[in-house]
Amino acid sequence: MHDSILTYARSRYLWIAIALSAASLIAYFLHDPGGPPNGGTWLGYTLGTIGALLIVWLMFFGIRKRHYLNGAGTLRGWLSAHIYLGTALILIVLLHAGFQLGWNIHTLAFVLMLIVIFSGFFGVYVYLRYPTLMTRNRESATREAMLEEVNEIDQNALALADGIDPKIHSVVLRSIQNTRLGGGVWTQLRARDGSDLALDSLHKAIAARENRQEMKTTEMPTMFAMVDFLAGRATDKQGEAMRKLIDLISRKKGLATKVARDMQYQAMMEIWLYIHVPLSFALLAALIAHIVSSFFYW
Amino acid sequence: MSERFKIAIVGSGPGGLSAAARAAERGESHVLFEAEEHLSNTIYRYQKGKFVMDEPGILPLRSPVPFKAGSRESILDGWDEAAKRVKINVRYKHEVSAIKPAGNGFEIKCTNGQIVQADFVVMGIGLQGNIRKLGCPGEDLAFVQYQLDDPDEYEGETIAVVGAGDAAIENAVALAKQNNVIIINRKDEFGRAKKGNEQAILKAIEDGTIECYYDSAPERVDALSVGRKKGRMILATKNGKAQILLDRVIARLGATAPRGFVEGCGVVFPNKDPASVPAISSQYESNVKGLYIVGALGGYPLIKQAMNQGYEVVEYILGQKVEPADAPLLKAKFEKMPGFRSVDEALARVQKNVRLLAHITPLQLREFMLDSDIRAPKPGETIFNRNDYTNTFFSIVEGEVQVVVDAEKNQRVSLRRGEFFGEMSLISGRRRSATVLAGANCVLIETPRRSMNRLINSVEAVKREIDEVFILRAIQSRFAPEASAEQLAEVVAASRLERFKAGDVLFNEGEVGDSLHLVRVGSLTISRSIGGKDVVLSYVPAGNYVGEMALMGESRRSATARAAIATETVRLDGDSFKKLVNRIPVLRLRLQSEYRQRTAANLAMQAMPSGGDIISFLLAQGAGEATDILLIDESLCVRCDNCEKACAETHGGNSRLNREAGPTFAQVHVPTSCRHCEHPHCMKDCPPDAIHRAPNGEVFIADNCIGCGNCVRNCPYGVIHMATKAPKKPGLIQWLMFGRGSGPGEAPHDPHDKHVGQLKQAVKCDMCKGIQGGPACVRSCPTGAAIRISPEEFPAYAQSRR
Repeated sequence: MHDSILTYARSRYLWIAIALSAASLIAYFLHDPGGPPNGGTWLGYTLGTIGALLIVWLMFFGIRKRHYLNGAGTLRGWLSAHIYLGTALILIVLLHAGFQLGWNIHTLAFVLMLIVIFSGFFGVYVYLRYPTLMTRNRESATREAMLEEVNEIDQNALALADGIDPKIHSVVLRSIQNTRLGGGVWTQLRARDGSDLALDSLHKAIAARENRQEMKTTEMPTMFAMVDFLAGRATDKQGEAMRKLIDLISRKKGLATKVARDMQYQAMMEIWLYIHVPLSFALLAALIAHIVSSFFYW
Repeated sequence: MSERFKIAIVGSGPGGLSAAARAAERGESHVLFEAEEHLSNTIYRYQKGKFVMDEPGILPLRSPVPFKAGSRESILDGWDEAAKRVKINVRYKHEVSAIKPAGNGFEIKCTNGQIVQADFVVMGIGLQGNIRKLGCPGEDLAFVQYQLDDPDEYEGETIAVVGAGDAAIENAVALAKQNNVIIINRKDEFGRAKKGNEQAILKAIEDGTIECYYDSAPERVDALSVGRKKGRMILATKNGKAQILLDRVIARLGATAPRGFVEGCGVVFPNKDPASVPAISSQYESNVKGLYIVGALGGYPLIKQAMNQGYEVVEYILGQKVEPADAPLLKAKFEKMPGFRSVDEALARVQKNVRLLAHITPLQLREFMLDSDIRAPKPGETIFNRNDYTNTFFSIVEGEVQVVVDAEKNQRVSLRRGEFFGEMSLISGRRRSATVLAGANCVLIETPRRSMNRLINSVEAVKREIDEVFILRAIQSRFAPEASAEQLAEVVAASRLERFKAGDVLFNEGEVGDSLHLVRVGSLTISRSIGGKDVVLSYVPAGNYVGEMALMGESRRSATARAAIATETVRLDGDSFKKLVNRIPVLRLRLQSEYRQRTAANLAMQAMPSGGDIISFLLAQGAGEATDILLIDESLCVRCDNCEKACAETHGGNSRLNREAGPTFAQVHVPTSCRHCEHPHCMKDCPPDAIHRAPNGEVFIADNCIGCGNCVRNCPYGVIHMATKAPKKPGLIQWLMFGRGSGPGEAPHDPHDKHVGQLKQAVKCDMCKGIQGGPACVRSCPTGAAIRISPEEFPAYAQSRR
């Protein structure tokens, strides 16, 4: 049945990672290098080799993920192992280096590795948290359906505004043009859609119009009070239409916010990969440099 | 005196045309009547450019008229050319209204008043019949049409679409993009249409993109010479008359089944089932002497079969003996049978030995044998295994087989010559209930599900006999394998089959119980009213029983049983069952132990009513008829769409799964993906019989799909679509280093548009049969959000989601 990547197969890979870490720690404390512990001892080489192999294996996940015909285990198992063994890597590498850090290529590889691993932690966090938020936000509509509805509301609003006043029409039109869903990374992550602006400008336009017709109404504190006022005048058909228009635009705002949030969640679930993956390649390059330099420039 | 011909052929479809061509070739006096202005109206009405297949590929064509797989146009051109070449005496626009025996032959009346005499009549009018017209004045005006090739041809028109079926809705929705569309529905709902179509049209009506007149029927259509619109339609509505000014009328009212006409000619149908076809002899003669039936009307829906029959029927009429085109094929099948001499002798032997097949006509038998396989397994060989998902039907021609009733005790039952087996899986759509091994000198006929179902539906006696045996065996295997048929005779005699529609109640909580039900097709839910709310406690699939406890001790029903989907049960009478229980003490113990388990499970469910809600939700999605359904836990799904990518990558570039679409309840999402139904709707009407069920339960579409789209329309879950084969993708290195084509997981693109105009075939989930490790969607889900489970696991699943 359904269980999360962390508890997959009764957290089998957590135990493997713990065992690996414990074995490394025990070896580290039992081992007497005859000097400060470092990568040059036999234990250092062993841990370094384990670490390097782990890095290559962890990176192989990207290939395994796209190897759709591969029958070797489930991708879920691979990911579970990827997370736990990737975490264990921090300790193994620290032990490998004997906690010696400095301003050199070796530490660069280490720092890159930490960034990759911690971006991965962030990934685990969003993977565990955001799916539920996303479902709750969507209320079982698809994004496409929501966008369609936004579109529909726009059309209806335009038609309604057309019957009220050319000025209102142009405001509604502008507000539609200003509503942007999606776009650049930043827009997606911030979940802004510009529909606030639209509602504001609509309020202003209505206020301006009322101003012209009845001087006193500008003193109405809020726009909702004005709507009430408008609706109160049963004879004014335009008032009724305007109330409907505001309803529509408010509904659209609600929807647009939902879509923007949906995009935000999706973006959050993807954005970390843009750090995690490229830097893992940088790490691989730094790792090669680290190994080569260790052997040639000893 | 009217004209007289030797052979009159009614209908110029593949069968009729081929018959006329053969008659012309032989120089016999003949006439071919066609109601339309062109040959072969059914094929003429295919969409432009439609690719027509020539299944069954193994059958040789025997006709003066050519036929090869190709576009609609090339086939029709070939036929027109052949009709001219052999000088067929064809009468267009002659719709035959009556055929009556007269003197030594027949008198044929046409709607245009012509009367013709003929010695013999060949009827090849198909099942499509004549499209139903508006049935009011003006139905033949130029702007009234009964088909729509390409909705994009029309722009800015006012179009009235008449009808409420799928065709009408699809046309209306497609036309509404560029036109002002009004749909006219005789009823007050669109209940006849597929769910998706119904939703689409209701939404379009609600949005105002399509205007709808409910409870309305056209009364008249007039052409107008003034004004901007070409015509007007007068409608009779509930509130009086209405007038619509319009440019075009598209009527999609289906086709009138020709049954009334055929019966009017004296031809008898075996039963009232609308799918039944008239019985015909091995020489295609109906019960009316001298009146022959070829093609779909006789039960042969494929073009090539019909053309061969057209040829053969003329030979038969002329008194020639022709070996039917299928003879070599039958011979190849029968050669496996020990002691084979000739096809006719073998057919006779089959019919003599197998009582079930004694009821059918020689032609039906030939057809039956063509679809079936002869198997002569060695003693001890496995015919099928328990829990296999196969659904073929076996008849024993010679020798015997052994049914393994209890594998541990090695308890076996023998079935002998003339008996049959495999009916359980055929009827219930579920796994095989027992392993069957071949005995000595065993010769079997293995018949595919579709052919068997066709036989059951068209021959009443076959159905009755199978049902009788089914009841006995079901009771025996489920309750008392050790009891003999005699011991069970009383219970069997007092049992009967009952049918329930989805949602029907078998019995209510608190009622006095007088019977128990053994589910034979479909499934049930068991629910109790807790705090005024119906809480589902369990799911009872086919092969299990309900209601025994009210017979055993408690006299009242402790829960309500309801059909989850269309269901059939064997209803066992309470008194005779009680007697059986008293006679067989083991049975009582067995029932009690099962009851204890069930009560414990129910109590567990009762303790967490939200689990029942999840089951109810799943059943509301039609999961009750599923055998294997894809569920996504939305609290785990990271929306990476790797499942869809994996599906596309493992299936030639077309994903058969839509992750996002579909309903969600309590974070459980049912995506649009095949459920591998017990009785797959897609199999219902597949002309080349290309949809099969594999031993592990996967329902898949074989490569002989002709792209007709019937399955797409028949699937209530919208999981089948039409697609061309996608172009091949480059390997990983090729893509990475040289940028050739699209990469892994990306939609394949076709730079040279090589695949445009290629045959579209139906594609659906095949549960990755043949791929090691199981379904790719599940295997490629990085977070374990996608799982596939069967309905039996629903209670356990619901409990796991606490």
